[in-house]
Amino acid sequence: MSQRSKVKTMGRKIDYKQVLKNNGILIVFFLICIGLSFLSPYFFTMNNIMNIIRQTSIYGIIAVGMTFVILTGGIDLSVGSILGLAGMICAGLMKNNETGIFVASAVAILVGGGIGLLNGLLITFGKIAPFVVTLGMVTIARGLTLIYSNGYPISGFSSEFRQLGGGYIVGIPIPVIIFVVTVAIAWFILNHTRLGRYTYAIGGNEETVKLSGISVKFYKTMVYVIVGIASGLSALILTSRLNSAEAIAGQGYELDVIAAVVIGGTSLSGGRGSIIGTLIGALLIGVINNGMNLLGISPYFQQVVKGALIIGAVILDRLRDETN
Amino acid sequence: MEYLLKMSGISKSFPGVRALSNVDFNLIKGELHALVGENGAGKSTLMKVLSGLYKADEGTIFLKGKQIVTIGLREMIQQGIGVIYQELNLIPYLSVAENIFLGREPRTALGTIDWPRMHAMTEEVLAPFKLDIHPKQKVIALGAAYQQIIEIAKALSLQAEILVMDEPTAALAGNEVNRLFEIIARLKKEGVSIIYISHRLNEVHHLADRVTILRDGERVITKARGELSNDAMIKYMVGRVLDEQYPQYDSVPGNVILEVKNLTKKGVCDQVSFTARAGEILGFVGLVGAGRTEIMQTIYGYLKKDSGEVLINGKPANIKSCREAVGLGIGLIPEERKQQGLVLGMSVFDNAALSVLDLYSTFGVLHRKKITHEVNTMIDGMSIKTPSIRQLVRYLSGGNQQKVVLAKWFIRHCDVYIFDEPTRGIDVGAKVEIYRLMQNLAKRGAAVIMISSELPEVMNISDQIAIVFEGKIVKKFKKGELHEEEVMEYSLGLHEQQGA
Repeated sequence: MSQRSKVKTMGRKIDYKQVLKNNGILIVFFLICIGLSFLSPYFFTMNNIMNIIRQTSIYGIIAVGMTFVILTGGIDLSVGSILGLAGMICAGLMKNNETGIFVASAVAILVGGGIGLLNGLLITFGKIAPFVVTLGMVTIARGLTLIYSNGYPISGFSSEFRQLGGGYIVGIPIPVIIFVVTVAIAWFILNHTRLGRYTYAIGGNEETVKLSGISVKFYKTMVYVIVGIASGLSALILTSRLNSAEAIAGQGYELDVIAAVVIGGTSLSGGRGSIIGTLIGALLIGVINNGMNLLGISPYFQQVVKGALIIGAVILDRLRDETN
Repeated sequence: MEYLLKMSGISKSFPGVRALSNVDFNLIKGELHALVGENGAGKSTLMKVLSGLYKADEGTIFLKGKQIVTIGLREMIQQGIGVIYQELNLIPYLSVAENIFLGREPRTALGTIDWPRMHAMTEEVLAPFKLDIHPKQKVIALGAAYQQIIEIAKALSLQAEILVMDEPTAALAGNEVNRLFEIIARLKKEGVSIIYISHRLNEVHHLADRVTILRDGERVITKARGELSNDAMIKYMVGRVLDEQYPQYDSVPGNVILEVKNLTKKGVCDQVSFTARAGEILGFVGLVGAGRTEIMQTIYGYLKKDSGEVLINGKPANIKSCREAVGLGIGLIPEERKQQGLVLGMSVFDNAALSVLDLYSTFGVLHRKKITHEVNTMIDGMSIKTPSIRQLVRYLSGGNQQKVVLAKWFIRHCDVYIFDEPTRGIDVGAKVEIYRLMQNLAKRGAAVIMISSELPEVMNISDQIAIVFEGKIVKKFKKGELHEEEVMEYSLGLHEQQGA
């Protein structure tokens, strides 16, 4: 009897530790939020919180798509360039060709998905490493943006289009709503569709999936299409919010995007991770950016902190792996 | 008696599991002591305690009469304990010499690697094995047997006095096994003591001076060679008498489901023709590397064929990918459980459901309830031991992992099942269960094909048997028509001219 109760309490204790370890990032996130609330009275205001989520949504949406890619064990470095190209084409269509908002937006998303498709096909049928293909695509897409725009920004859109990045629905910024919906759809796909389960399985063991009679090439291509579409969607919000499409828009975004996914606990070698993790990862980066701005920390120093955060998150992940 | 190694009262627990409890084990200089037991009996854990990978909760280890207190992997290697794990730990794209002297490469005065000396030392280490291995050869170019020997050479070059071999013959066949046995005999003569873990009881009989049997983390018995029959060993391992090692059933051959005509792929298979009938088990024997696996992979669309035809239910099937093969009702249970059969980081549920998600979904959205029901039914029916279907397969024992791979394919009701080494590395009890499952498939009207390197198994379980030598089928026969010795002769290519 006494032995049994002993075993029981031991079991409970381990569970408790496990909870701590499995939710390490969430706990860090809350601790930072609490800390910042004390340090800056402005931090914990509705206005600021909405502001953080709105800023987060731009790369957060791409991070949602990137989660799929990284879950398969791949990587997409070209998301920033895809964003630049999609935004520029959308702007150009509206300003130069007087195309309607919806058509222009749809084209932007198609451009994003199309480049993702190209990435995916080169990776699966061309058998080239994702790193190489998308590294090449970084400059290809950026080059196309410069060709299309001659290097000049395209600015000044209709007030309807500007709603997309600056508007509100029942007091919530529209980008935030789009972000939340994207997260919800991605969660559903990952947990309740073949595409989602195969995404995890391919990252876990591609060989097994292939031998199980599943077209690995198709599903692997799809994840690049997804991140392309997400980049196109993000391009619309950014272009609308800035009321201008710049040829260099989105440059360097891949770093924040990948950081959000990795901080959220998705393994770079694939097979393990979650969309909720990515959401927290993205918000954590947003909160830290915002907090450091509020505290007047130099932007140079901010970069150091962000880098340290990425490494710290991976160490945390490693610790969890070793103890499990 | 003076023991070279004396482990006494070793206990080790993991969260929720008592892996070893109060186990005694000892070793005399120059003997081969076999460690036998079902999967999960604690053999590997005991050896990991010995190698310094795990720290025992209780118990003492004496080496040459001296108690070992602080233990770590490095210290144990220095103490002369060399462990050759079941999964080979060689680096594929480095040379033989680099693998053997990894981390202790001889250096020149300038601190660079002294290649000539390293190669000379390698040749010296490999000399006793009398093999045609060059120190500069890349390890990946060598077969499994040679890789095994390089592991042994590496351990010996570290002056190992105690060698632990975990299932060393699992990846070997026929002549390779014999070569390994010769090497083992020589090592013993030179005074090396060996702890030998194996599921193959015949090997244990052949090699062991003493046998220790573990069951559920406890030592059941230690006996000298000859004092234990196969049946007795099995009894101690499973704790009960197995009704029969090879269950029998009456096959009812039906229509030809799979017909292969002149299947040819350069360097893999040559003019292979055979038919597989519903309700029958067709066994494929041959040496490792004879091309049995590759023949099946070519049929399954994993490898591209050069010429030849595959017919399913009489209709020509031009299979170009695994997906098409599965669509036509073929299921292949691959040889490499961990690399090809499972996604180790996913749950039992996800693994078992992997092959049927397309059947149980609408526009890609899964019918979770239906799938859960199917998986649960299958897991109960196959008595897979897992705390829940959410458990990661990584944490299951080998036999249960293999059952998960089978479950994945049984859920999908195929017409043709191809099993590639279905019982490799799993314990006797689980083997019998797998034979029964295969027989049930045949009874249900499926054509079952089994590749196996364990001759007694193929000879007893299959209704028809094909012998493969160098990519060709050299002989086909019905169960009971040939003796093991004759089958071995065909496998070695001694009757090649007679053809099929």
